[in-house]
Formats: sequence, C-alpha cells, structure tokens
Amino acid sequence: MWFLSDEEKQLQDVCRDFARNEIAPHAEKHDTEETFNMDAFKKMGELGVLGITAEPEYGGAGMGCLAATLVMEEFGKACPGLTLSYLAHSILAVNNIQNNASEDQKKKYLPKLVTGEHIGCMGMSEPEYGSDAVGIQTRAVKKGDHYEINGTKMWITNAQYADVAYVYTRTGDKKKDLSTFIIEKGMEGFSVGKPIHKMGMRGSPTGELVFENAKVPVENLIGNEGDSVYHMMKNLEIERITIAGISLGIAQACVDACIKYAGERKQFGKNLAHFQMIQKMVAEMATETEMLRRFLYTVAYEYDQGKIGAVPAAMVKLQVPKMVTKIALDAIQLHGGYGYSREFPVERLMRDNKLNEIGAGTNEVMIMIIAKKLLEDALKN
Amino acid sequence: MNELQVELKNQLERFRNDKIEPTVEHDDKNESFKMEIFRELGQLGFCGMTLPEEYGGAGLTYQDFCVALSEIAKSSVSYAATISVSTMVQAIINEYGNEEQKKKYLPELTAGQEIGAFCLSESSSGSDAASLKTTAKKVDGGYVLNGSKMWITSGGIAKTYIVMARTGEEGHKGISSFIVQDGMDGFSYGKKESKMGWRVSPTRELVFENCFVPEENLLKEEGFGFKIAMSALDKGRITIGSIAVGLSQRALDESIKYSLERKQFNQSIFDFQGLQFMMADMATETEASRLLVEQAAMYYDLGTPNQKLASMAKLKSTDTAMKVSTDAVQILGGVGYTSEYPVERLMRDAKVLQILEGTNQIQKVVIARSLKKEYS
Repeated sequence: MWFLSDEEKQLQDVCRDFARNEIAPHAEKHDTEETFNMDAFKKMGELGVLGITAEPEYGGAGMGCLAATLVMEEFGKACPGLTLSYLAHSILAVNNIQNNASEDQKKKYLPKLVTGEHIGCMGMSEPEYGSDAVGIQTRAVKKGDHYEINGTKMWITNAQYADVAYVYTRTGDKKKDLSTFIIEKGMEGFSVGKPIHKMGMRGSPTGELVFENAKVPVENLIGNEGDSVYHMMKNLEIERITIAGISLGIAQACVDACIKYAGERKQFGKNLAHFQMIQKMVAEMATETEMLRRFLYTVAYEYDQGKIGAVPAAMVKLQVPKMVTKIALDAIQLHGGYGYSREFPVERLMRDNKLNEIGAGTNEVMIMIIAKKLLEDALKN
Repeated sequence: MNELQVELKNQLERFRNDKIEPTVEHDDKNESFKMEIFRELGQLGFCGMTLPEEYGGAGLTYQDFCVALSEIAKSSVSYAATISVSTMVQAIINEYGNEEQKKKYLPELTAGQEIGAFCLSESSSGSDAASLKTTAKKVDGGYVLNGSKMWITSGGIAKTYIVMARTGEEGHKGISSFIVQDGMDGFSYGKKESKMGWRVSPTRELVFENCFVPEENLLKEEGFGFKIAMSALDKGRITIGSIAVGLSQRALDESIKYSLERKQFNQSIFDFQGLQFMMADMATETEASRLLVEQAAMYYDLGTPNQKLASMAKLKSTDTAMKVSTDAVQILGGVGYTSEYPVERLMRDAKVLQILEGTNQIQKVVIARSLKKEYS
C-alpha cells in the first residue's frame, strides 16, 4: 500500500518471516491439542513486537495502529489463535497500560510485558454481561490501603498464563461507576477458573478470572475511581481495527491455499484452475480480500493520524470478520474432502475466524454503534 | 406429517434425548462412535427403514425415512449419516443384487446388527468419480482388487462394503461394483481422517492389496458399477438433505431458546429486531429446505424420481444448514463458540454436507444439465 512507511514495510517483512519459521509449523498441533505456543510468544519479545505501541522509554516499539494491524495480519496468516493471544497481550493489556496508567505503574509493569517476561490479559466480560459491557457487576470496595474485589470475569484470553491482568470493576451504583485495576498473579483471593473449550482459536487459552475477597493495593487503581468508561473508549477503536487484522491474515492465507490447491488438484483430466466455478471462487475471494485490506489499512492509517471516530473502526470490525467467514467457508469448499480434514489449514482458519465476529464486540454490537451514530438526530424524535 | 411419521418422530426424540444427547459432546471430542447406540436404533427398526419386510426392513417410504433422519440429526448428524449410508448400501443390494446376495447380506444390515459402507472416492478422484483407479482383475473364480479408497464413511466399523473398481476400459463404462467384507485377505484399513466435524462418524481410507473377492460378490454384471453408484447417490442426496434439515431445525431451536432467556441491556435479546430478523430468515430457509426435501422424497416414493429436484434439495438444504448454524453461533455469542452449547458442533458438522454425496458445485452441474435438456 502506497502509504506504508519504510519502517512499516520492514516490520511486515520481519513478521512474515517470523510467522513462517516460528508460528506456522506448530499451528496445527496447538489447535489439535489446545495448547499455547509459549516458545513463539517469548520470541516475539526478542522480535520487539510485544510492546508494538508502547513508548520506547519502556522498551516498546513506539509504533501505531497500522503497524500493529500489519503484525496481526502476518501472524494471523500462520496461526490466528496465537495471534489472538498476542493481541490480548499487546493491545488489551500493554496498550491500555501505556495509555491510561501512571508513570510509576508504567515503569513497574511495561518493561517486563514488552520483553515477554510477563504475559498480559484484560478482564471485561462477565457471564451475564457480554455485549452489555457497562453493566458489569464485579465489585471493588475500598478498605483502607487496598480494595476488596469480588466477582468473575469470563472469556478472558490468556487467563491461564497471565502475570498481569487489566481489569474493569464496579465501584458504585450508577451505570458508569466503573474503575480499572492492574491485578497481579498471586494476589490474595485472585485465581483463574476453568479453561473454556472452544470451536476455534484453540491455540489461544481462554479462561475465567475469579475474585473472592481479592486484596488489591490502592496503588493498583488506574487513574481515579469512575474512569473505566473513559479508559474503554480510548482503546476500543484500536482493538477493533487490530482484531480485523487477524481476519485479514486469515483471508489471505485462504486465498493462498486455494491458489496452490487449484494448481495441484486434478479432476476430469485437468487441474481445478481450469474450471470456471473454481475461477469464480478464487477471483471473488481475492477481490474481497484486497478490498478488505485497502479498507482496513486506510482506517488504521487514519487512526494513527488522529482522524477517525468510532464509526469507521466499528465498520471495519463488522465487515472484515463477517466477509472472511464466507471466504474461509468457500476455501474449505474449494478443497472438497481434503478441506474438511485437518491435513489442510483451511478448516482451522474458518473455525478461528468465527470468533472475530463475536469477540471484541459482536457484529450486532457494531451494527448498534454504527446505526446509533448515523441516526443520532433521527433517534431524538 | 401423517400419524405414523408423528409417532416415529416422537419415538426418536425420546431416544436421542435419553441415549445420544447426554454424551454427544464428549463423543465428538474423543471421536468415539458407539456401536450400541447404532444397534439400539436397529432394534427399534431405524436401520433399514425403506427395505422390504422379507429382508428384515420396515417397508416404509423415503418420506418416512427423511422424518426419522431429520430427528436423529438434531442430536447427532454422525448417527444419522451412518444410518443414511448403511441404508443406501442396502438399497443397492436390494436393487442390483441377486436373491442369494440379498439373503446373505441384507438381514444383518436391516436389523442394524452391522453397518454398510459405500466406497467410491479415491485420493485423486473425488468429484471426477469415473476416473477411479482401483482395479479388479478377473482371475479364476473371482477378482483381485488393488488400490485404495478415500473418505469412506463408516470405514473400519462397517462390515459390508460396496466397492467400485475398474474391471475394464477407462471411464465410467469400465467400472464394476463388488461386495467386500471386513476381514477378507488383502483388505485393510488405512489412516483415519481427523476432521473438522462429523467426528463421531469415522472416516477412513480402505486399502486393497491383492484382495481376492469371489465371483458371487460381483453386483449385477461387469461394467454396471458406475450406474449403481449414481443411482445410489440420487437417493443419498435426498437423505443428506433431510439430515441438513434436522441440523438447521436444531440450530434454530437453540437460537430461539437462548435468545428468549438471555438478557442484555435489561431485555431478552430476542426482543432486539436485529436478532428477530435473523431468526425469521433462519426459520424461513429451514422450512423451504424441508419442503424441497419432502417433495424430492415424494417423487421418489411415487416411482418417478426427479434427479434435478433431488440435487436442488441437497444444494438448498445443505447451504441452509451452513448458514443457519453459523448464525446460531452468532446469536449465542461467546457461549455459542464454546463446546458447552451444541451450536458450534452443528456448524462444524454442517460444512461437510456441502461437500459429500456430490459437492454442491456438482449439484449445480447436475441441475444445469437438466435445465439444458428441458430447454433444448
């Protein structure tokens, strides 16, 4: 894309090589066994991408949303599951701390997170509060020098491996009385609940965070009480744009796999590439992927320029994962019986992508956000 | 539905809730097929429904059979598929076998004591089935089979295999059908496929290395194999359609139930119009698919099978199953993506319905071929 900087192009190349060598060869195994590729994750620290948006003074790469999106795309081509864990760490934990925490907190937590010595996660959703995130009920009550927290966080990516969790809680009775804390593994009363078995993204651990009279020092409060909604708003756009990056990587991996297969597989005396039906599928999925890439990169670029609001980010989050599920389903179809087996990556890519229509705000929530904004005036009457 | 069909449906609903549903998630995860469940379905008369009573069948129609398969598929597409394929094998033997073959093989298949498998695809011939390479060389007293078969539903658990092999020239005219039984010398099982869905039903490679098959195991006569395979697939498309309808119905049931119970923003999520429209579409597509499958089955039962309609039924119902199950995962959101709820399994199971018994691309070829014939 013409507007990528040299630094971004270089990042793309480095990540592509890394994904090919360190991630792709193990993706199928981690999917089948529901395990986490810790080795590759730690090496991402050496690669310098675990703090892609963190400031250099804390060891970060100091890059933007477009750069993060490029990393998601390259890693996503190889293993969307591991990439989701990477996103939870670098965008949900690191970027939030970078944007909202105090100087002391940043100094304390960021250096270890950006090297990969520590793994991060974020806790927002609860069993009864998914789309309705602002309704969360996990309670934090101030008791002298600490807060006592009670409640459960659900569907937390990296829960089982996280050393540091960025967690939203309720500190008052008004809808928006929410406060943010940094929780460390091993804090009294804090534990990790049962692992969640999923259809896809099986290379990314998902679990519950459980707080039973958990004792969290007051210095772990981020900002002031009641700041959470402000914190959430600041990070939502980059979350939505970067998760779409994973789907874009999935789409490209599907297109690549289909082109390869269409050239190899012979039926009726010629390879599949000769059949118009196959040509249509390949041409359409490649066109859609290119369209999504240009859309996504543009929105990410404008985000870095400070130009966009909530709507384009929500549009990207709605459209990219939704179209990629269709692309991935077609990719399985093109591979026929082989596509349905685990010998080829396309069925895994499809299962993985479905999550991106649900996580980080469902398609339906994106529709709600877009419609509310566009119809703002009309809704007043 | 007539009275009998309602009764069949109710009986199977009880059966699947008691016997299949409690362990289906576990069995899916561990890829474990339970022969005792299949045999119980056999004892209840569901493993040879359309076969004549003199060979142990129930003498019912394909319309009745479709009602039963739809109901079983609501809990397990895998068991429904096992029955569908085994019944297809029985229909082949009944239609093309001689009296001795029928007497020898049909009773234990119709009773559900044993399973039948249909073996056409090979690693390099899927959609292009007529190019298959497994050979059957004529020798004294029989044939010697060499080659391998791929993606065989019930491979390894079935006892009776209908195998298409080449006895003559290239192309469809050189293919013959044989009855091969588990344990025959030179017949072994290759690798078991690890699949996205249909994990309870084993899919396996079959390997023939100088496998001697006696002359009396040839079906009909040499060169008849492709015709046998194609006529079986015409029926198979209808039954796969009924499985797709059952799957869609379950996905819809789960979506409605969940959306009525789940509250967000202080109201049940069913009350959001966005979800209502999704479910209205899902219900409409499911109903349209059901009617198309019923119609195709009815033509078959009337003795005037309509190949175009069978292909349309397979195409429409399986595309619907894919769409409806994908939307069901979406409606259930985070929990829909986990294995605690059945919809993610339904979605994984749905995908193969668009691939087997002729991919949906092949159905379009068949439909277009009929259209051309009608208009020229």
